[in-house]
Amino acid sequence: MSLFLTQSSIGRKLVMSITGLFLILFLTFHMCMNLVAILSAEGYNAICEFLGANWYALVGTAVLAAGFIIHIIYAFWLTVQNRAARGADRYAVVDKPKDVEWASQNMLALGIIMLAFLGLHLYHFWSKMQLVDLIEMAGGDVCSQALENTTNGFYHIVNTFSSPINTLLYIIALAALWFHLSHGFWSALQTIGFNNTTWFDRIKWIGRIWATIVVLGFIVTIVMFFLDGFFGLNILPLLGA
Amino acid sequence: MSTIDSKIPKGPLAEKWTNYKNTQKLVNPANKRRLDIIVIGTGLAGASAAATLGELGFNVLNFCMQDSPRRAHSIAAQGGINAAKNYQNDGDSIYRLFYDTIKGGDYRAREANVYRLAEVSNNIIDQCVAQGVPFAREYGGTLANRSFGGAQVSRTFYAKGQTGQQLLLGAYSALSRQIQKGSVKEYTRREVLDIVLIDGRARGVIVRNMTNGKIERYAAHAVVMATGGYGNAYFLSTNAMHSNGSVAIQAYRKGAYFANPCYVQIHPTCIPVHGDYQSKLTLMSESLRNDGRIWVPKKKEDAEAIRAGKLKPTQIKEEDRDYYLERRYPAFGNLVPRDVASRAAKERCDAGYGVAPSGLAVYLDFSEAINRLGKDAIKAKYGNLFQMYEKIADENPYETPMMIYPAIHYTMGGIWVDYELQTSIPGLFAIGECNFSDHGANRLGASALMQGLADGYFVLPYTIQNYLSDQIQVPRFSVDTPEFEEAERSVVEKENRILNIQGHRTVDSIHKDLGHIMWEYVGMGRTKESLETAIEKLKDLKKEFWSNVYVPGKVEDLNIELGKALRLADFIEIGELIAHDALNRNESCGGHFREEYQTPEGEALRQDEEYSYVSCWKYTGEGSAPELLKEPLDYEFTERKTRNYKN
Amino acid sequence: MAKSINITLKVWRQKDAKSKGHFETYHLENISTDSSFLEMLDILNEKLVDEHKEPIAFDHDCREGICGMCSLYINGHPHGYESEVTTCQLHMRKFKDGDVITVEPWRSRAFPVIRDLMVDRGAYDKIMQAGGYISVNTGGTPDANAIPISKEIADEAMDAATCIGCGACAAACKNGSAMLFVSAKVSQLALLPQGKLEAARRAKAMVAKMDELGFGNCTNTGACAAECPKSISLSNIARLNREFLCAKLKD
Repeated sequence: MSLFLTQSSIGRKLVMSITGLFLILFLTFHMCMNLVAILSAEGYNAICEFLGANWYALVGTAVLAAGFIIHIIYAFWLTVQNRAARGADRYAVVDKPKDVEWASQNMLALGIIMLAFLGLHLYHFWSKMQLVDLIEMAGGDVCSQALENTTNGFYHIVNTFSSPINTLLYIIALAALWFHLSHGFWSALQTIGFNNTTWFDRIKWIGRIWATIVVLGFIVTIVMFFLDGFFGLNILPLLGA
Repeated sequence: MSTIDSKIPKGPLAEKWTNYKNTQKLVNPANKRRLDIIVIGTGLAGASAAATLGELGFNVLNFCMQDSPRRAHSIAAQGGINAAKNYQNDGDSIYRLFYDTIKGGDYRAREANVYRLAEVSNNIIDQCVAQGVPFAREYGGTLANRSFGGAQVSRTFYAKGQTGQQLLLGAYSALSRQIQKGSVKEYTRREVLDIVLIDGRARGVIVRNMTNGKIERYAAHAVVMATGGYGNAYFLSTNAMHSNGSVAIQAYRKGAYFANPCYVQIHPTCIPVHGDYQSKLTLMSESLRNDGRIWVPKKKEDAEAIRAGKLKPTQIKEEDRDYYLERRYPAFGNLVPRDVASRAAKERCDAGYGVAPSGLAVYLDFSEAINRLGKDAIKAKYGNLFQMYEKIADENPYETPMMIYPAIHYTMGGIWVDYELQTSIPGLFAIGECNFSDHGANRLGASALMQGLADGYFVLPYTIQNYLSDQIQVPRFSVDTPEFEEAERSVVEKENRILNIQGHRTVDSIHKDLGHIMWEYVGMGRTKESLETAIEKLKDLKKEFWSNVYVPGKVEDLNIELGKALRLADFIEIGELIAHDALNRNESCGGHFREEYQTPEGEALRQDEEYSYVSCWKYTGEGSAPELLKEPLDYEFTERKTRNYKN
Repeated sequence: MAKSINITLKVWRQKDAKSKGHFETYHLENISTDSSFLEMLDILNEKLVDEHKEPIAFDHDCREGICGMCSLYINGHPHGYESEVTTCQLHMRKFKDGDVITVEPWRSRAFPVIRDLMVDRGAYDKIMQAGGYISVNTGGTPDANAIPISKEIADEAMDAATCIGCGACAAACKNGSAMLFVSAKVSQLALLPQGKLEAARRAKAMVAKMDELGFGNCTNTGACAAECPKSISLSNIARLNREFLCAKLKD
């Protein structure tokens, strides 16, 4: 039975769908968590500590990483198959039909943008937090300053978004994320068969609204920290340090 | 002089088919596997026959010209399929369907065949529903019906305006299942160019592979032709571009009788001709006449103003409109049979009341129905037809009446068959439109689908066994026999002959000439003089074709022009047959209207004493006139009357 | 009202599946806007034959939008830009004087070119043979009214059954996926009580055959439905996914 997840087109799409939905869920939590940083540094750092190098956080990280990796591998695999299915000769004239979303035809490109961003993001945060803990646990040589900051997520946020370049890169990646989700959400539900004529437009709109909320949540955090640092306003966190 | 045996079983009308089935010979399952049957065509008749024969266990070889069996022209039938279910409780019965069909055919069909058709009509509906054909339904979940021309009951089952499509896809699905099982082998993009006889029996076919021009041979114990009608002899018709009469002509040349070729149905509601580049005519379903009212202006000056583009039809007042069908035929009104409606339209246009710039069109008006039922109700019933009209004519039929004119649609004539659907060549069967069959001189709407499926699902699979039962000892044939050699040689010779003419005329230009001759002189109104002129002109055209056609390319290659040329050569021959038959039949009946034979009111005048027979034309060789054989039509069970749709 | 236009055609010419194809340019003058696209090609072919050149091979038959045989990719759209029409229903009045019209064959690995604009769509037949039917033999069926079917279900099945199997869906899809075609047939039969009995087997068999024949994976871009001349709905694909996944989970 399980072979159909690799051997059948709908099975492969199911894998994309399930991992995609899982990642949407993760992003939603991530976004909520970020909003805490606006309110309280302590609260945010408590979450960081909770998600540090504990066994459950590590298991969670591993599952999350697996979700990403499977999603990405399948994306490339499907794309290779789909390009082959098109045949050797390409159309000389291609005109996108109306009703076809731009995002739906560019999911891989959007994904690659986000993949590049993911590397940057991991460098900015994960490599300075959970990774440091892990290296330390594995007996690696870690400087004490770095070790001190592994649970100080708030510090890393302030640090990262003091740079206008970082802020801009993040916003670009989040724009790509919005497009990716605007198609990905309803597409995932369509693939698992949760759709019909009546719900067709409704699901599309739910997907767009969800994507907008998630992306806006991220952007609000980033922009507020950037403005706070750039203009030296020092009003964050709103509930005091 | 008649040596024709139609093999009609004895007994009362209602028991003939049952008696036949009870006493016919059958083939046991183990022997069926050893018998090969070739079925040419994948329309309703061909696909249903191939599938059913495959289910029974025969080994079937099925051929079609298109890239898929699903594309046969049955797919384009719009309106519906008749059956005597009496689901509407409106007084229908098998007898009434039988009677309406006999009467609609102007008493020129075989009673026994028609009764059998009416009998099995009910099984067809059951069969199609079981296959998943999504017929229209009432809210309560039962099947819906609509009424059609020539009937006073609602017995037509339909699937939107795409009934033919849905029925064909049903038969195609049954066929696909047999292909998967291996009992049917499908050969697509193949054109059958000849039928091979061995010891006087049909034993195989010579086929052109249309993708590479290679000639292939196939042998079998019996050959079934389900190749449709020959309406494209008129060039412009509602038939598909590939519909042709070539297999029928090959069968005729090999000794099968061609019956009643002059019975050609001209459908009253088609979109009028608009230019000389036109390749085909599009039918607007007869079902439209349920709610549409046909009219022309009462005043000639109004008609002239409309033709000149100075007046719009919506500007003509109600009292200035001539609803001529309602006026002439109060009992049936707009739902008179097709031949009657077509002639009435021609009469009005010839008298100078026609509309459209050409003057060759009448109005089909829905404004009254839209006012009565609302636009939505009309849209639900005919939406796809209205859309089709708008795409072609560039006018919105919800706002302005449709313009329609009669066009060649269906051929009642065809290869002669006996009660068993066997032609005069043993082992060669003909089913569906390609046989002369059950419609007499005129076919009622929604009866073609019925006949095609009746033949394919419920008649041929029985009757062919009566023939095959003594063939079980005959081993499979080799295709290397001298008969196959000879047939292939003559086919290749014909191809080369056409290719070597290297004249100056394209195939289509000659085909258009043929169409003009046929429509002008052998069309809706025929006279002795017009037919004699046609015969002369056709002789010249034949000469023109064989001396001046130009076909590019090679024989052994994909060669579209060569395919068209081969078909055209046969169409010219069919045209001659139609003209000969029409000239011989000194009467008017159904689709055959001889202007010399009409009542003072302009209705068709039959000559039952002299012409109550099936004209069977026998090939007598190249250049010599065909021989006429007559199958008398004895009406034992129905009284022949003048058709009356007035009261 | 009818008028005449001059157009330039760029038509794909290819000897067979193995040969390399190329575009050829043709100029046509005084084409009546009332003629259909295929009639315009007829005129061109007549001209080519007159000049003793090989006419352009293209598939067509009924010329009224129902047989599904015509298959041209016109200016970047299967069956042209107009919605809900097949190529044979496309009329020249939709084009302007001086237009350059590019005509290509369906391009998909599963539809090899036979010649010029003619492709082999036998793959669709093979998918149908894998399970696009209700396994019922002729005869012995119950009365047609024995199973009531609600009008809504019958209408929905009819909408799915309207598919003409032309291949525009796979031709339009950037993934070369045949899901819309397969889902239309699976939907029609899964909706009706007669077809429910073997719905699971049917979905599995047809999808397996579709995959085997080299069609791509559906990514729900919706180009198929947008280009479908019969407006087959994407919700059929959701139903196919549902039928297929439920069937697989029961294995």
